[in-house]
Amino acid sequence: MSPTTPTPATGNASATASVSPLIEGVDLRKSYNLGQPNEAEVLHGVSLTLARGEFVALIGPSGSGKSTLLNIIGLLERATAGHYRVQGQETTGLGDAELTALRGRALGFVFQFHHLLPAFTALENVTLPALMREGRVSAAQLARAREVLAAMGLEQAMAKRPGELSGGMQQRVAIARALVLQPPLVLADEPTGNLDTASSNEVFALMRRMHAELQISFLIVTHDPRLAARCDRVIELVDGRIERDEPVRAQPAEPPDQGLA
Amino acid sequence: MVAWLGFERRVAVRFLREGRMQSLLIIVGVAAGVAVVAYISALISGLQANTLEKTLGAQPHVSISPLEDTVLSARAELPAGTTVLQQTQPRAQRARSLGEWQSLVPLLEALPGVAAVSPMVTGAGLALRGQAQKSISVVGVDLDRYDRIVNLRRKVVAGTARLGPGEAVIGLELARDLGVRVGDRLSIVTGSGSGSESGSESGSEGSGITDSARVTALVDFGVRELNRRTVIVPLRAAQSLVGLPGGATNIDLTLRDVWAAPALSAQLAQRWPYKVESWQDTNASLVSALNAQSISTGLIRAVVMVVVVLGIASVLVVTVVQKRREIGILRAMGATQGQVLRVFLLQGAIVGALGSALGVLLAVGLIAAFTSFVRGSDGLPLFAITLTPGLALRIAAVATVCGVLAAVAPARRAAKLDPAQAIRM
Repeated sequence: MSPTTPTPATGNASATASVSPLIEGVDLRKSYNLGQPNEAEVLHGVSLTLARGEFVALIGPSGSGKSTLLNIIGLLERATAGHYRVQGQETTGLGDAELTALRGRALGFVFQFHHLLPAFTALENVTLPALMREGRVSAAQLARAREVLAAMGLEQAMAKRPGELSGGMQQRVAIARALVLQPPLVLADEPTGNLDTASSNEVFALMRRMHAELQISFLIVTHDPRLAARCDRVIELVDGRIERDEPVRAQPAEPPDQGLA
Repeated sequence: MVAWLGFERRVAVRFLREGRMQSLLIIVGVAAGVAVVAYISALISGLQANTLEKTLGAQPHVSISPLEDTVLSARAELPAGTTVLQQTQPRAQRARSLGEWQSLVPLLEALPGVAAVSPMVTGAGLALRGQAQKSISVVGVDLDRYDRIVNLRRKVVAGTARLGPGEAVIGLELARDLGVRVGDRLSIVTGSGSGSESGSESGSEGSGITDSARVTALVDFGVRELNRRTVIVPLRAAQSLVGLPGGATNIDLTLRDVWAAPALSAQLAQRWPYKVESWQDTNASLVSALNAQSISTGLIRAVVMVVVVLGIASVLVVTVVQKRREIGILRAMGATQGQVLRVFLLQGAIVGALGSALGVLLAVGLIAAFTSFVRGSDGLPLFAITLTPGLALRIAAVATVCGVLAAVAPARRAAKLDPAQAIRM
């Protein structure tokens, strides 16, 4: 309901925010079971803009349409109505191949349940995006993947399969995979929802660090208010409408076990 | 720039390796199918080659003989619509010579595809020795030419094939019946002394023509009836025995390709006023038996391949369901529908290729077992059965293509998966 206002750059890492928005959704609507008796609209005209270098939390109760909005932003689903632009490119009317290419170029994903490929080692999972794009993994890409994994404290885990890693480690591998090609925006759906508090803090801190180091924007869906409070901006979705969209004023003190951010 | 299917290959192999038991079972299934197809193909082609060799070893591919005597109606032309009931006594067929056969032989030899031409004289007679007398078929040939038709020299079991004047080569069983060994003499009597143009139909002049010949070799044609009746003499001797001086009753041809015989026969029959028969005409039942055999093997092979395709398809359908999430995540990461499609097509191809490699090995084993365990009464293998590399490759290629075809439906399903939904599962 509340009108969306592009958030001005808010201190720290968002200092590099460029003038043209990274993504821009205008009056996005999404209905399921179109034309059937059980047709239901879950997004009722959502407009939002993300600038380069933002670190944003998307919160809201279950069923508020968070995941649907994230899927639309992630080009995994199409809005029923409205306009959606990624890096200035209008996506309405694009075919599957073009959406896929844009997704591969502009977006990284981190999901709640890690979604690593169990048949591939951690290192292989991280090099998959490069392999997918070019059919081979160059030495430079391999080095880059090792570097990202090492930066996440996963030197020992590179040759291991996901099944041999803890949940927190798996999620860090998933973040490494999302970051390895340095997409402008990483979408994270409950990235810590499945982890204990310690791992959860660790993973969150890691995302903040990557944001600071690589100027990669993050949009994080979460229902953990404490996590949301540590982002730079919070968008709250209620019943398919944006209820609140504001910068986080006071950064709460980091928990004592956090030394990474 | 883009390494050929690098991503697809990697993912396809990993998916197969991940589904260990499932992949192993279907590869073994494909192998069993391929082994059956390869084994049956080799067996049937060996069997057919053996049958053909046995049949064609003792007979020409194409035989040219004079047209048969027919009775022509002398009735004047009748008005249209008149129904005529007539009964005609068929003519008795006398021995006649092919007209101008000497000039025909070089013409036939010059035809493409013709490997050998042998003019000959055949007739019926009796072989006598002491008290024994046997009805025989007298075959007059030029040995070198005839040898190229039936490989006579290779069939000699005793003596040396030689057909000088007064010499003969006879069938193995006939020699036994008459008690003749190589070097012995026998008498040949024919009843056609009356001459070819006399019009006498009974041949009962009583006096027949007698000749005597020394046996130089005994041959085994591989067919008992031939072994029991055949006496091969020089062409000239046969001409006088049959009463056709300077004549030839038929000309036999051997072709390079046995299957070209019907076409060539038709062509020859159109060109010259002779009766031309291919080996397929004279062995119609054999040809139809071979055809029936080929059709039923084809059917078996087709059914086995269909089973293989269904097996691969069903396993891949299950794999697609199992891998929904992973497909979704790959799509979210930027894998195109085409890439996902190819990952599954490739899995079908890999299963088909591995299965056929294993299947060919299995077939080689089966064939080795057949050759060493199944023996004829003489203790020798029944016939040569080999899986040629060409055949093995063809079968493997077909099985691999079948694998890809089997993967089409599951692969399309995988490619069409909605990534958002697949991830949520």
